[in-house]
Amino acid sequence: MLNISNLSATIENKKILNDLNLSIKAGEIHAIMGPNGSGKSTLANVLSGKKGYEISGNIKYQDKDLFKLDIEERAHQGLFLAFQYPLEIPGVNTSNFLKASLNAIRKSNGKKEFDALEFLKIVKKKAKELKIDEKILNRQLNVGFSGGEKKKNEILQMSLFEPKMVILDETDSGLDIDALKIVANGVNTLRDKDRSFLIITHYQRLLEYIKPDFVHVLMQGKIAKTGCSELALELEKAGYEKI
Amino acid sequence: MKEKELEKLKEYKYGFSTDIENIKAPKGLNKKIIKFISNIKKEPQWMLDWRLKAYERLQQLKEPDWQKPKFPKIDYQNLYYYSAPKSMKDKPKNLDDLDPKLLETYTKLGIPLREQKRLNNIAVDAVFDSVSVATTFKEKLTEKGIIFCSMSEAIEKHSELVKKYLGSVIPLTDHYFATLNSAVFTDGSFVYIPKNIRCPMELSTYFRINASGTGQFERTLIIADEGSYVSYLEGCTAPMRDENQLHAANVELIALDNAEIKYSTVQNWYPGDKDGKGGIYNFVTKRGACRGKNSKISWTQVETGSAITWKYPSCILQGDNSIGEFYSIAITNNYQKADTGTKMIHLGKNTKSKIISKGISAGNADNTYRGLVDINSKSLNARNYTQCDSLLIGNKCGAHTIPYIKNKNFSSNLEHEATTSKISDEQLFYCNQRGLNQEEAVSLIVNGFCKEVLQQLPMEFAVEAQKLVGISLEGSVG
Repeated sequence: MLNISNLSATIENKKILNDLNLSIKAGEIHAIMGPNGSGKSTLANVLSGKKGYEISGNIKYQDKDLFKLDIEERAHQGLFLAFQYPLEIPGVNTSNFLKASLNAIRKSNGKKEFDALEFLKIVKKKAKELKIDEKILNRQLNVGFSGGEKKKNEILQMSLFEPKMVILDETDSGLDIDALKIVANGVNTLRDKDRSFLIITHYQRLLEYIKPDFVHVLMQGKIAKTGCSELALELEKAGYEKI
Repeated sequence: MKEKELEKLKEYKYGFSTDIENIKAPKGLNKKIIKFISNIKKEPQWMLDWRLKAYERLQQLKEPDWQKPKFPKIDYQNLYYYSAPKSMKDKPKNLDDLDPKLLETYTKLGIPLREQKRLNNIAVDAVFDSVSVATTFKEKLTEKGIIFCSMSEAIEKHSELVKKYLGSVIPLTDHYFATLNSAVFTDGSFVYIPKNIRCPMELSTYFRINASGTGQFERTLIIADEGSYVSYLEGCTAPMRDENQLHAANVELIALDNAEIKYSTVQNWYPGDKDGKGGIYNFVTKRGACRGKNSKISWTQVETGSAITWKYPSCILQGDNSIGEFYSIAITNNYQKADTGTKMIHLGKNTKSKIISKGISAGNADNTYRGLVDINSKSLNARNYTQCDSLLIGNKCGAHTIPYIKNKNFSSNLEHEATTSKISDEQLFYCNQRGLNQEEAVSLIVNGFCKEVLQQLPMEFAVEAQKLVGISLEGSVG
C-alpha cells in the first residue's frame, strides 16, 4: 500500500524527518508514537502533500510515485488524512462540503455523482451507524464545533469517502471516553483487508480500542523502534527516554 | 438651434441607415450629438429640451474625483454616444432573430436566453449598445396592464408617465455622470406596474456593449403603483477590448403606497485582462424612492465584472414605514477595482433599512465598501442594520470599509458590524485533502461567504450567479 524509503523533510532550514523508512501493507494498522516535535505531524503532512517542505527520498503509494500526485489527486486515489486541527470554514454548510468532496472523489474515479437527496440519505445513514448527531450536517463547517465534534466530523468523512489509506493525526487528543469510542468504532468498522491505517497518537489509550499490527516509535525524525501492540504499553510505563 | 445643423444631422441619419453595419453618431459630446440622438429616436421636443437642459448643467459640473479607484482622464470628445445595429428597420420580432453573437455570449455565461424564455417564463428586454432590440412577453404582460418596453417606446407611447417620473429620483442637476446620462442616454427599460397588480413573472434586461469606442448610457425607469409588486433583474456583458469603455447608466425606481420593487443586478462587464488592460468603467447611478407609505425597495447586486465599479444603489425612504434593503457581492480579481455601497436616506417615520455587503478581493485588486446611513430629524424611530464583510484571497489585494452615519434623530437605532477575513492556505489544504481542487475550493468558500446575498436573488438566477462567482475568481490562487 505505502512504501516510504529514506524520507527526509526540511522546513525553514530545520530537518524534521531524517531518513525515515516505513512500509505498510494492505489491511495493516500501524501506530506511530513519539514525543512532541519528533516529526509525527510532519509525516502526515508530507504524505498528504502539504506544501512548504523540502523533501528527499521516495514514497510509493499503490505502486505509484506519491510525489507526482497533487494533494487532491492523492485524495481521489484514496488517501485520507484526519486532521489534528480540522479547519473552520464560515458560511459553508457541512453537508454541502461533504457532498462536494464525495462527488469530487467519485467523479475522478468515473463514478456517478450523487444528487442532494441521494447524498443526504447516505450521510444520515453513516452518521447514525457511527452514533454521530446528524445536526452537525446543517451547521457551518467546523464553525463553533467542540473539539470532540470536529474529530467526529473527520471520522464521518472518513467513513463516507471509504479511503484506501487512512492517516489519523492525533485524532484521539482531547477526546472524552465516549468520543474516543466513536472514533475507535469508526476505524474498526472500516477495518478491511484492502484498507490500511496509520494512527499517530500520543497515548496508548486509543490503542486499547484499536489493536494495531505494529507500533513504531518516532524519534528525531526516524523510526527508533518497532514492535507489536505491547510496545505501546511499555512506552506508557517507561516513557520515551529509554529508547 | 440652427436649422443648418439639424439638416446635417438628418443627413447623417439617412446616410447611415442604409449600407453600414452600425448606425453611429459622430464622435464627440455637444449639442449637435444630443440632437442627433433625439432625432434618430424620433423623440418629442420636450425630451430634446430636457436633454439639452442636462447638457447645459453638465457644463457647470466637474467629474468627481473623491473615489478610491483612480483612472486616467476620460476624453469625452473621443467617444461615440450612439451606436446601433443597422438592422434597426427590420427590428427583430423575437429572440430567434437576435444577433447570434449576443445569444452565444449569454450561453457561455450559462444564461441562454432561449432557455430562460422557455423554461422560466421570464420577460426579457435586450439592449444592444444604444438600442433595445427585443422585448419578450409583452402581450402577456399587457393583459394585466403592465407596461414593459424600451425607454424609447415609453417616451413615444407613455409620455405622461415618463414626463411625470423621469428625473424625479435622479434630478437633472445631480452629479456629473448622472447628468451626462440625462443628456445622452440612448435606451433602456421602462416598467409600469398598475395598482394592486403583482407582476406574474420576472422582468429582466440584458445590457450588451458591442461596438468599440462606444459609451453606453442607458436609462431605466420602474414605477410600482400603489399595492403592486415587481421583481426585476439586469445582466450585463461586454466583449474583450484593450480600451476602457464607459458605461454610465441611470436607474430610477419609484414605489408608491404599499408597493414593492425588488431589483437584482448580475454585472459581468468585461473586467480587463490579467494585467489590468482594458475593461469597462461601470459608473452607474441607481436610486430608488420609497415614495409611498409601507413601500419597499430592495437592491441586490452581484458585481463580478468591470475594470472599475463605482456605484451606490440607494433608497430614499420618504413614506412612513417604508423599507430599504441593499444586498451586495462585489468581487474584484487581478487589477479590478470597486468602490461600491449604498445610501439609505431616512425621511419618513418608522423607516427601516438593511445593508449586507460582501466584498471579495483577489490578485492585485482593490475593493472598497462606502456607504451612507442618513437619518433625518423628522424620521422618528428609524432603524438601520449594516453588515460589511470583506474576504481577501492572497496578499496583494486590498479591502476597505468606509461607513458614514449621519444621525439627526434621538429615537433611531443603528447597528453596524464589519469583519475582514482571509482564505488561508490551511483552509485550502483542508479542502484539497478532501478531493476538491483549488478552484472548487475557492468557489465553495466564497459562495459560503456570500450565501446571505445569493439567497436574495430570484431562484432562477441564484444558481447562475453562484457559478459566476466561481468563474470570476479562477486563477486567483496557486
